[in-house]
Amino acid sequence: MAKGQKTTKRTQSFWTNFVLILICVIWMVPVIGILITSFRPSEDIFKTGWWTVFPHKEDIEIDRVVLPEDVDVNGPITYGGKTAMFEEWQRGIELDDGTKATWYGNKRTRTLVISQNQWVGFTTKLTLENYKDVLTGKTITYKDAQGNTITRVGNDLSGAFLNSLAVSIPGTIIPILIAAFAAFGFAWLEFPGRNIFFTIIVALLVVPLQIALVPILQDYVSLGLNGTFLGIWLAHTGFGLPLATYLLFNYISTLPRELLESAYIDGASNLTIFTNLILPLSVPALASFAIFQFLWLWNDYLVALVFLGEKNQTVTIAVARLVGEKGQDWHLMTAAAFVSMILPLIVFLALQRYFVRGLMAGSVKG
Amino acid sequence: MNLAQANTPSPNNNNLFAKIVNWFGSTLGKILVSILVPAVTFIVLWQGYLFLSAANAPQILQVIVAIVWGVGGVALLYLVTNWLVMKLPAKAARTLQPFVFVGPAIAIMGWFLAIPVVRSLIASFRNALGTEWIGLDNYIYAFTNPRMLETFRNNALWMVFGTSFSVGLGLLIAFLADRTKAEVVYKSIIFTPMAISFVGAGVIWKFVYTYKGIGVGIQEIGLLNAIVSALGGTPQPWLNIPPWNNFFLIVIMIWLQTGYAMVILSSAIKGVPAELLEAARIDGATETRVFFNIIIPYIKGTLLTVTTTIVIFSLKTFDIVRVMTGGNYGTNVIANEFYLQSFTYNDAGKASAIAIVLLLLVTPVIVNNIRSFNEQRKGF
Repeated sequence: MAKGQKTTKRTQSFWTNFVLILICVIWMVPVIGILITSFRPSEDIFKTGWWTVFPHKEDIEIDRVVLPEDVDVNGPITYGGKTAMFEEWQRGIELDDGTKATWYGNKRTRTLVISQNQWVGFTTKLTLENYKDVLTGKTITYKDAQGNTITRVGNDLSGAFLNSLAVSIPGTIIPILIAAFAAFGFAWLEFPGRNIFFTIIVALLVVPLQIALVPILQDYVSLGLNGTFLGIWLAHTGFGLPLATYLLFNYISTLPRELLESAYIDGASNLTIFTNLILPLSVPALASFAIFQFLWLWNDYLVALVFLGEKNQTVTIAVARLVGEKGQDWHLMTAAAFVSMILPLIVFLALQRYFVRGLMAGSVKG
Repeated sequence: MNLAQANTPSPNNNNLFAKIVNWFGSTLGKILVSILVPAVTFIVLWQGYLFLSAANAPQILQVIVAIVWGVGGVALLYLVTNWLVMKLPAKAARTLQPFVFVGPAIAIMGWFLAIPVVRSLIASFRNALGTEWIGLDNYIYAFTNPRMLETFRNNALWMVFGTSFSVGLGLLIAFLADRTKAEVVYKSIIFTPMAISFVGAGVIWKFVYTYKGIGVGIQEIGLLNAIVSALGGTPQPWLNIPPWNNFFLIVIMIWLQTGYAMVILSSAIKGVPAELLEAARIDGATETRVFFNIIIPYIKGTLLTVTTTIVIFSLKTFDIVRVMTGGNYGTNVIANEFYLQSFTYNDAGKASAIAIVLLLLVTPVIVNNIRSFNEQRKGF
């Protein structure tokens, strides 16, 4: 009985781990695919799948045979002791010596490719060229699958990277600062309309920002803010403030009352209390919101598309443009996607703990 | 809450500005300084504004100025307005000071979110250029046009399948991982896509779905088509086949959102009291029964919150569709139609009506949030 239970437990644990590993593999494979692709030479990417960098069995061309002119390509064709129709040759036929003969191209080529199934080890043909190409804003050349040389202007991802920093850093700090002041005001100061204003903030938490894009763009055009960093910080501040204020309010309003009371009795002003007491005590809440907002801004596409456009393009816009304009250039797209992902991934993996805390507190937002 | 009354602005406030004021001494000096300080602040900020809105300086310089100006400017504004308010008679200062703290936030949220609701509502009853009233025409478009009906259908697919799979898988992984040694590893892997932008995820999955076409000697380079041909099937241009292409797009959302559901649900599952689980197991309940009869009822509230959040997310889905198909081949969604109407067709009227429709769809959540907030903080 006890033994039986133990075995059940072990099988249970086996299946649990099996299912989880399976899901994790499915989750990771797409990312591994583009990571590998981004390091492969462009002409290889067009020809073979990324998984061919791993050891595998492959038909390697060892010879080419041109059939004599008198062979009727429309009838049965005989080669190497096998007779078959053109369509069958096209699909490839196993010969007696273990090699495989495949028709090359259309009927008029009269060419058979002889190949042998062999083991191929790890590919060593990896390159940093793709990254160089997407990062620069200058002219680049590369080869496509047919070996043609193609010349293009690079996508200037390094410029876009800087722009994304310029959007994300102030766009994270400004709303946090404003929200911290407001949260303190709502939590500890008495003023008329306090309830109504805070209820409105709670309501604004899930308002889709689409509602604001058209009116705000009109304002920006008349103020000359369209396409400027200032414009997009203000926009991100506006859209991020409800959540920031709400989260920080929840945190600041639970700080111990006695602490603040004794500070007031000591004659400290509201501003001193805020800067010397509230801000240092709220660091955990500030940090978790900061990571949240930073990732959100870095990965944002819609707001940047509307208010910045292509003038000061961020990484998301640069990558999306690349997909739109050069949708088959996988060597550029994969490298660009990785450039756009690297910083948020580092921030995320390093500060996951804080991020999760912010997520828990903010799960009312859409 | 009478803390504010306890606070009287003290004359010997020892900040830097106060010292300068004391040095001036006279009333005239005080008035002069009161005008001078805001004026200087204003000029400094204005110059920064001009520099940044002109935007023709070298990029790195712009970025640095941007950061210093943006962050420093906000701090300076608070310091100066607070200092000005403190100069006022004690009673006025006490009334006005809270607004120094909450005023900027209220003003910005008003400008960027609250007032636009009203402005969009008005624009939704006017024509494309906003020059004439046209009654309900935009709403008739929004609710009856075949384009819009397609977006509603697709958003419904996103909502039903995207949400149920994200929450379902998230719950399954949270439950299973909880009983393994490598829990942290599994959870990190599933959670990591949350750090990736929808645009980046678009590239990742577009590569999985990519299609080269039928021909001799062509090797599929997309993972899905390679698997299909290895199993003897025919490769397909997955993103061009309606209505199934919607599901291939929804897979991306599931890939991104399952981690979110998993993390929240995982912490809820860990909150289930151990005695409860222990008692059930001693009574001979199977793991399946423990899951459905104890864990699920216990985390019902969290489950509801997570589901709501992901439903709202799926309603607003935009980036994925924009990058993958641009809304073509029968994959259009409400937010993409909004984008097309407002920025491609320049029809502010229809765009606003669509935005209002989106708002209406999330209204139940807004009402519920307000209700639960008010219950939470009775006597706020």
